[in-house]
Amino acid sequence: MLTNSFVLATAAEGGGHINTGDIFFQLIVFIILLALLKKFAWGPLMGIMKTREEHIGNEISAAENSRLEAEKILQEQRNLLKEARTDAQNLIEAAKKQGELQREEIVAASRTESERIKEAAKLEIEQQKEKAVAAIREQVASLSVLIASKVIEKELTAADQDQLINEYIKEAGEER
Amino acid sequence: MHHEVPEFEFMGLWFNGANMLMISVASLIVFLIAVLSTRKLAMKPTGMQNFFEWVMDFVKGIINSTMDWKEGGRFHILGITLIMYVFVSNMLGLPFAIVVDEKLWWKSPTADPIITLTLAVMVLALSHYYGVKLKGVKGYAEGFFSPMKFLFPLKIIEEFANTLTLGLRLYGNIYAGELLLSLLATGLAHQGIVGTIAAIPLTLVWQGFSIFVGTIQAYIFTMLTMVYLAHKVSHDH
Repeated sequence: MLTNSFVLATAAEGGGHINTGDIFFQLIVFIILLALLKKFAWGPLMGIMKTREEHIGNEISAAENSRLEAEKILQEQRNLLKEARTDAQNLIEAAKKQGELQREEIVAASRTESERIKEAAKLEIEQQKEKAVAAIREQVASLSVLIASKVIEKELTAADQDQLINEYIKEAGEER
Repeated sequence: MHHEVPEFEFMGLWFNGANMLMISVASLIVFLIAVLSTRKLAMKPTGMQNFFEWVMDFVKGIINSTMDWKEGGRFHILGITLIMYVFVSNMLGLPFAIVVDEKLWWKSPTADPIITLTLAVMVLALSHYYGVKLKGVKGYAEGFFSPMKFLFPLKIIEEFANTLTLGLRLYGNIYAGELLLSLLATGLAHQGIVGTIAAIPLTLVWQGFSIFVGTIQAYIFTMLTMVYLAHKVSHDH
């Protein structure tokens, strides 16, 4: 049974002929299948796979580009930031210097001013002193006159008067 | 269990009706699956599109493992069609066989040596055609004398051996699988109740193994097709 069904025995059993028709049928059907599948299935499928491949490729290069772009911008921003920082530092430095200068100026100015005021005050004091001394001197003179008249008003003995006058004269003489 | 074959003569050629029927059925199934799966193509693939893209990449891998894509790219469609057709053909005879009037109508088309040898001869013919086309007549002829001149007779034998082994390997595997299945189903299962019970797990196991064999054979057939094509069209041999 097994040997009967074996390979080419099938052909022999069928009357000593080979199924040449099947050969052509198989060939033709396979070629038709190949053509139809190429047109309706594999072709479009390959197309979409190719499209996807290109799409992915484009996306990757686009992503790469935007990454580079972003990096460039980041670098730019970093530089700008650095610049701004240095600028700020400089400004602060300058302001500090300016402040120092101004302080010194102000101090110097106030020092001279105070010096001037002191001088003026001294002068004033001197003047006032002079004036006061002059006033006192005047007062002393008038007072002595007053005292003199008061004393004179009293009834003086001649001796007393003499003595007084002498004293005055003496005093006056000593003073001058 | 041997059955008659439904043969008839037409225009001086002998036809096997069962083969014609099963070739048509297998082709139709492959065509329907492929077209239905690729009808709605999307950039983001889903479902069957994924499967067929995997098949494409798989066949692409087979081709890339044997030759340059520059030369092998043209065989991509042939490879996918072959692997799908052979696979579906191998599977067809597994679930059941239909016998009408002692004539076997439903079986794997690849369980017939005529069919597998036709495919094999077609592949080898293609390899010679592309050998001449891509390398020129001189380059093609030189292929028979390289690497050494005295190997020429062996090279000639090799061509016939390749054809025969390619076709008969597929036929043998599938035919043996179906034969054993029919023996189990119609022989052992009819030996009383014990036979039936014993036949069920055996048939189950053998069917599973046949699915494995059918898949492997489809892969091997495509792989060898690409090897033979590469042998003829590649420059670095």
